[in-house]
Amino acid sequence: MIGHTSVAVGGLYGEKASGPTVDFSYVGIDAILEQMRRKAMKQGFELNIMVVGQSGLGKSTLMNTLFKSKVSRKSVLATSQEKIPKTIEIKSISHDIEEKGVRMKLTVIDTPGFGDQINNENCWQPIMKFINDQYEAYLQEEININRKKRIPDSRVHCCIYFIPPTGHCLRPLDVEFMRRLSKVVNIVPVIAKADTLTLEERDFFKKKIREELRANGIDVYPQKEFDEDAEDRMINEKIREMIPFAVVGSDQEYQVNGRRLLGRKTKWGTIEVENIAHCEFAYLRDLLIRTHMQNIKDITSSIHYEMYRVRRLNENNTVVAHANGIPEHHLAAHEM
Amino acid sequence: MIERPETAVPSIAQRNLEGYVGFANLPNQVYRKSVKRGFEFTLMVVGESGLGKSTLINSLFLTDLYSKDYPGPSQRIKKTVQVEQSKVLIKEGGVQLTLTIVDTPGFGDAVDNSNCWQPVINYIDSKCEDFLNAESRVNRRSMPDNRVHCCLYFIAPSGHGLKPLDIEFMKRLHDKVNVIPLIAKADTLTPEECQLFKKQIMKEIQEHKIKIYEFPDTEDDEDNKLIRKIKEKMPLAVVGSNVVIEVNGKKVRGRQYPWGVAEEGIFVENGEHCDFTVLRNMLIRTHMQDLKDVTNNVHYENYRSKKLAAVTCNGVDTSKTKGQLTKSPLAQMEEERREHVMKMKKMEAEMEQVFEMKVKEKKQKLKDSEAELERRHEQMKRNLEAQYKELEEKRRVFEEEKANWEAQQRILEQQKLDASKTMEKNKKKGKIF
Repeated sequence: MIGHTSVAVGGLYGEKASGPTVDFSYVGIDAILEQMRRKAMKQGFELNIMVVGQSGLGKSTLMNTLFKSKVSRKSVLATSQEKIPKTIEIKSISHDIEEKGVRMKLTVIDTPGFGDQINNENCWQPIMKFINDQYEAYLQEEININRKKRIPDSRVHCCIYFIPPTGHCLRPLDVEFMRRLSKVVNIVPVIAKADTLTLEERDFFKKKIREELRANGIDVYPQKEFDEDAEDRMINEKIREMIPFAVVGSDQEYQVNGRRLLGRKTKWGTIEVENIAHCEFAYLRDLLIRTHMQNIKDITSSIHYEMYRVRRLNENNTVVAHANGIPEHHLAAHEM
Repeated sequence: MIERPETAVPSIAQRNLEGYVGFANLPNQVYRKSVKRGFEFTLMVVGESGLGKSTLINSLFLTDLYSKDYPGPSQRIKKTVQVEQSKVLIKEGGVQLTLTIVDTPGFGDAVDNSNCWQPVINYIDSKCEDFLNAESRVNRRSMPDNRVHCCLYFIAPSGHGLKPLDIEFMKRLHDKVNVIPLIAKADTLTPEECQLFKKQIMKEIQEHKIKIYEFPDTEDDEDNKLIRKIKEKMPLAVVGSNVVIEVNGKKVRGRQYPWGVAEEGIFVENGEHCDFTVLRNMLIRTHMQDLKDVTNNVHYENYRSKKLAAVTCNGVDTSKTKGQLTKSPLAQMEEERREHVMKMKKMEAEMEQVFEMKVKEKKQKLKDSEAELERRHEQMKRNLEAQYKELEEKRRVFEEEKANWEAQQRILEQQKLDASKTMEKNKKKGKIF
């Protein structure tokens, strides 16, 4: 509860504090938390998530499962668009969802056509362009002389990359994509359709993936260099040992042991999505929503966006960059 | 009365002269002959890495073609598509089968997969060409059949439909080889998803006019029922496993998940499933001959007619082979004879070379041993001389000694003589009292 900070007041009035009518030992600085909370609830939050992966890996289903409502592109655009598009398209759908008085504007950015063609060279380019465009839009708003009170944040906060469950190792396409994009956006790799793998295969696959990520110098979220203090590092180390999360998505409910749970019913048994013995969906959800959402947004705005901004402004050689006199590598350090 | 020729047939009474001649035994004769000869079968597996191809091969033939000591191509990501073949001789009940498995690691794994089917097509064509050449020779005693009889194509279980790569590949290969599409890792799909997926795939296959292999009906009724059930459910959804797990006291090959055990096999409908014996039988027992026949009569003939049409159309020999196909038999015989003669000459030259080399070697050896002998001879001579000298020396010493001794003896003798002489003289002088 609210802690009391005692302030020495005695001497000013010369009388001792008698009776509980006025409590001079409490100033009320910590009430600011309550004010912030009220303001945030009024304003609402924004979250932009991008999902990238080959078609058929369960991206839309996972989004629906994460936010427990039909937020994916397929549910909204009721076209029976099962055909794979010839080029990569970027489709973003926004929803306003609310829980316990907290409003959130969730934008899911889908990338159908990624990795589905025969020749997938440069399939990451449209995506990088989109991300940079969002940064550009924000930058323009910021540079404006008459700025809006609250700049609408359409920057991509987090990119979930779906790895197909081959069980062997990362494909060249995965490595290429993640290498390029881990520099501009927070990447969270997940193993899609993890009910394909037995537990031993899953552990082996994860180890292989972590090795390959390390070997290629790919820094996925949570990035090691942005850990603030020992506490953060401890929590993040635990997470880093578990990535990539092996997830299973489902938006259908089944009756299991008298409870209604989200899951997949196969001939062999029912896979419970929220059961951590079955798959790691719960960890992913906790990471993205319950514990690290604010951290993700902060890293996007203060690190990735700032890097983009510096690069852009240096390109234009405007006065702003010279006046600031902040060299690029300083900004990339821990600045929250 | 015309006497009909009687053929000795074991189990039929000889009384039925007019009714039975005995050619019903021919299948047995053919059977016995082919059993002696053995069977050959080439199976190709194509699909992206990580779809369970190696596991399925091990399961189908219940042998560890790819095991820990001889790991399959799946353990490494390849830079380019390669075609690897492994031969296995399987014996069962006195019948032997030379099974060739052709694997295509690296297929569909690169970022740019254009023309990843080209190595596969090249391989199939080269095998057909080998057969064509073997068939066109005058001397055809041994004609090994290495053509690809069946190609199992693995489709990733996305649940949506075929990928552009799948469609391209099947379109290019459906008139070169028997294509049987399979849905890999089918334990990912729930029964409803599986059904939808299959329907979608078949729709797309028909849309793109892809001709996949159709299993014909067999005479055996029992097999037929199962086969018909499976036929309607093309493409087959398979789950493979190399691990044996115990379920309710029963040992099955399957995959152990936290939520249950998935048994290996083929998924038919409504979650019903049968094990791999059916697929194995279809491929080997009942339909192997049909697969080989279709390969021979349809695909191979396609290739042959295209190849020959290309050659005769141009009038000039554009093919890479020696153009054996358009010459008359005599010319061909001439050609073959010349070839043979050349081969012989080459062999002769080689033999000569080898012979020369051997002769040189032998000469060298002899020279060496001669030198060796000479050396030894010298040494022995020297030894002997040394010994001789030594002996001479000894002899001389001995002679000296002898001379000395003789001289001494003479002196002694002389002394003795003198002594006796003096004694005599003294005696004579009457010194004796």
